[in-house]
Amino acid sequence: MSTPEQPGAPADQVQGEQLQPLPPIPAPPPAEESLADGEWHRLHPLTPLFKGGLVLIIVAGIVLNSFRDRIIYWLVNAFAPEAHVEDYSAGDPVDWVLSNNLILIALGIVLGVLVVLIAAFWLVWRFQQFRISDEHVEVRKGIVFRSQRRAPLDRVQGVNLTRPFPARLIGMAKLEVVGAGTDANVPLEYLSTGKAEGVRADILRLASGARAARAARQAGKEPAATRRAQLVGSMNTGVSGLIEGVDLADVAPESVVKIPTGRLVGSQLLSGVLWLLFFLVLFGITMAFTVPAILADGGPDAWFGVLGISLGIGIPFVIAAVAITWAQISKSLRYSIAPTPDGVRITYGLFTTITETIPPGRIFAVEVTQSLLWRPFGWWAIKINRMSGKSASQQQSSTAQQFNIVLPVGVASDVQRVLGLILPGLPADDLPLVWEHGIQGPQKEGDPYRAMAGRAWWRRPFSWKRHGFAVTDFGLLLRRGVMWRKLAVFPFARMQGISSQQGPIDRLQRVAYLKAHNVTGPVLGEVVGIDSAVVNESLSDIARRASAAVQRDHGHRWAAEDDADAAGSTVPASSNPSAGSPPSAGSTAPANEDAGTSVPAAPPVPPPPPGWAGTEESREA
Amino acid sequence: MTDSQMTPPEPTGADRPEAPAVLDEGTYDRLREPRGAGRLALDGTWHQISPRYVTSQFVQDGILLAVLVVVVLVLAFVLDQSWVWIPGGIIAAFTLITLAILPRQARAIGYMLRDDDIVFRKGILWQRIIAVPYGRMQLVDITHGPLDRAFGVSQLKMVTAAATTGVQIPGLTQAAAEALRDTLIDVAETRRTGL
Repeated sequence: MSTPEQPGAPADQVQGEQLQPLPPIPAPPPAEESLADGEWHRLHPLTPLFKGGLVLIIVAGIVLNSFRDRIIYWLVNAFAPEAHVEDYSAGDPVDWVLSNNLILIALGIVLGVLVVLIAAFWLVWRFQQFRISDEHVEVRKGIVFRSQRRAPLDRVQGVNLTRPFPARLIGMAKLEVVGAGTDANVPLEYLSTGKAEGVRADILRLASGARAARAARQAGKEPAATRRAQLVGSMNTGVSGLIEGVDLADVAPESVVKIPTGRLVGSQLLSGVLWLLFFLVLFGITMAFTVPAILADGGPDAWFGVLGISLGIGIPFVIAAVAITWAQISKSLRYSIAPTPDGVRITYGLFTTITETIPPGRIFAVEVTQSLLWRPFGWWAIKINRMSGKSASQQQSSTAQQFNIVLPVGVASDVQRVLGLILPGLPADDLPLVWEHGIQGPQKEGDPYRAMAGRAWWRRPFSWKRHGFAVTDFGLLLRRGVMWRKLAVFPFARMQGISSQQGPIDRLQRVAYLKAHNVTGPVLGEVVGIDSAVVNESLSDIARRASAAVQRDHGHRWAAEDDADAAGSTVPASSNPSAGSPPSAGSTAPANEDAGTSVPAAPPVPPPPPGWAGTEESREA
Repeated sequence: MTDSQMTPPEPTGADRPEAPAVLDEGTYDRLREPRGAGRLALDGTWHQISPRYVTSQFVQDGILLAVLVVVVLVLAFVLDQSWVWIPGGIIAAFTLITLAILPRQARAIGYMLRDDDIVFRKGILWQRIIAVPYGRMQLVDITHGPLDRAFGVSQLKMVTAAATTGVQIPGLTQAAAEALRDTLIDVAETRRTGL
């Protein structure tokens, strides 16, 4: 703590500089909870037990397995001595141990293995350290093969806090710093929940680039007096977290979007019904092939065979459909999305709760979708493209799919609120483009979207009137689909490129294909069959607006601009090329005077809730 | 924005990246475009690639073809495997077709250095134009194989956070590739931003 200016300097080097006494630098009040002091820290001391616990469970499983027959044997002998069960002695290690009087030695070996295991896990824990400096988060681990991973904070794509079911009862959580790239995450497992929350706040605060160290830390709670009290306390928090939900203490309750459980279950059941139908079709096909074959064989037992096969195939299908639906439901249960000063916080999961924090400017594309089944209920879902930092194999898993869903199901008002949270820079002028003309479009007249050319209708026989795009200063909006309505928004500040393509048939029809390039994700940026003159003009227009948007954007250090604004500098809003701006004929939004300046410079979230007042004061210090 | 932030460039072309003269040395001088009225078009000065790219590809594919012919002949006459004519013929036909259209394709490849982005185009029958902002560039790769080196051409690849942008400019002269790389990195540095 005495060397706050040189986080990475080894202690001896600092000792050597005693000749020039450094002036005592007023270090930020060393809250005992803060781990972001540039020093190396270890993870929670119970981590080895918890990770080793898995091995213990496996060992116990093996032991139990070999004891199972023995227990049955004993029980049968005890309750029905006349039943003469064969003695299960062949090849059973327990018998061998018993018969050779090796109990003590066997116990000793087991104990020794346990000690070695625990020692190994303890060593692993001992050698795993992390530190958080002003620029990086760093983890080093390994005993023989040492590895050290350092991730720059201004490229942090998000921070995930996972509370797995057993661990949360002891008050431990897993923190994951999401990086940009494949296999670029920095996991910290496990930390005590309080410390994990503190580290998350620290990382986000440092990543935000706020220079006047915004001490984004809640007043530290008094640590419980004894270990036991601590444990009881964390048990209590764990249990109450299970019941009431987590991570909502520091956000204003009215700003949180939640999904009623009934709606969530209903929406997933609808897709569950789809799965059931799918399996029913599979079942029908299988039966259509097998039943005639069995009946052709004839015989009195043929019908039993048919029954057996239909049950044998049908029951797994039903189980699969139920399991898929249940997995979906339990993962998205108790979903909430809330604004925090450092980004959007999404929490979901019933037993294992995952809290994701996505800082501003880490969302590359947004799409609002609605399937035909959901239309009668007016339900929508929102997906995003973002950097997951996972390895390629992890990206295929269902957890990764969940990672890209921001709103599993919501009504129109939820959609509008969530869009406001995840696209804070979206100017109010563009809202009718998103909602009225986009999601609900096309309106009868005055459609501001450039839709498919009529001559190319056969490319999208149902949706060609809807299929189109619109360009604003903020981003590119793509409207697609009739059965499965979709509206995608690609903010220019995050667009990676724009391309046009044309094949020979396209050229005969004077149409082309426009594509916004983006990080890999569920939102695709393609529209087909657009008039080629429009495409030629839009390609330059989009590129020009994109470069202007990038200059206005400072999302990678999102709070640094707050400081800059406070210093009185102005955001150059004059540089938006207005040539060919989309017609706003259908705009019903009230004129908003700060549309120009608020584009990305607006504070990413509504004013902080009252609970944060104390931390805001400490900014001046 | 007043502190250590890079001063953002004005989009007026004030500091339009200066295209080094070496980019146009020994390249094609006329871009081959499709003729249809509904074609994709973009105004500006396109830089093109070196004709030596075609020569180099011809030599490479010629060697490949020669090896293929030898293998097929050996299999067919020495080892008496008559089925080998079918796959051999298919591969040879594809290679020959590729070679036949290669000179036209090479004339259709072009790139343009604009104020804030690089534009890359290719293809005649299947045309593709992509604009990638300089600030989006994550890294620039230059690759050249042994034969490429003999002919003095190399391929420049620009990688962004999106997997699909795929800006790969083949057939640049060695000097052009290095000059373009340095220009791109310089320009990207002044337009640096988040991902």
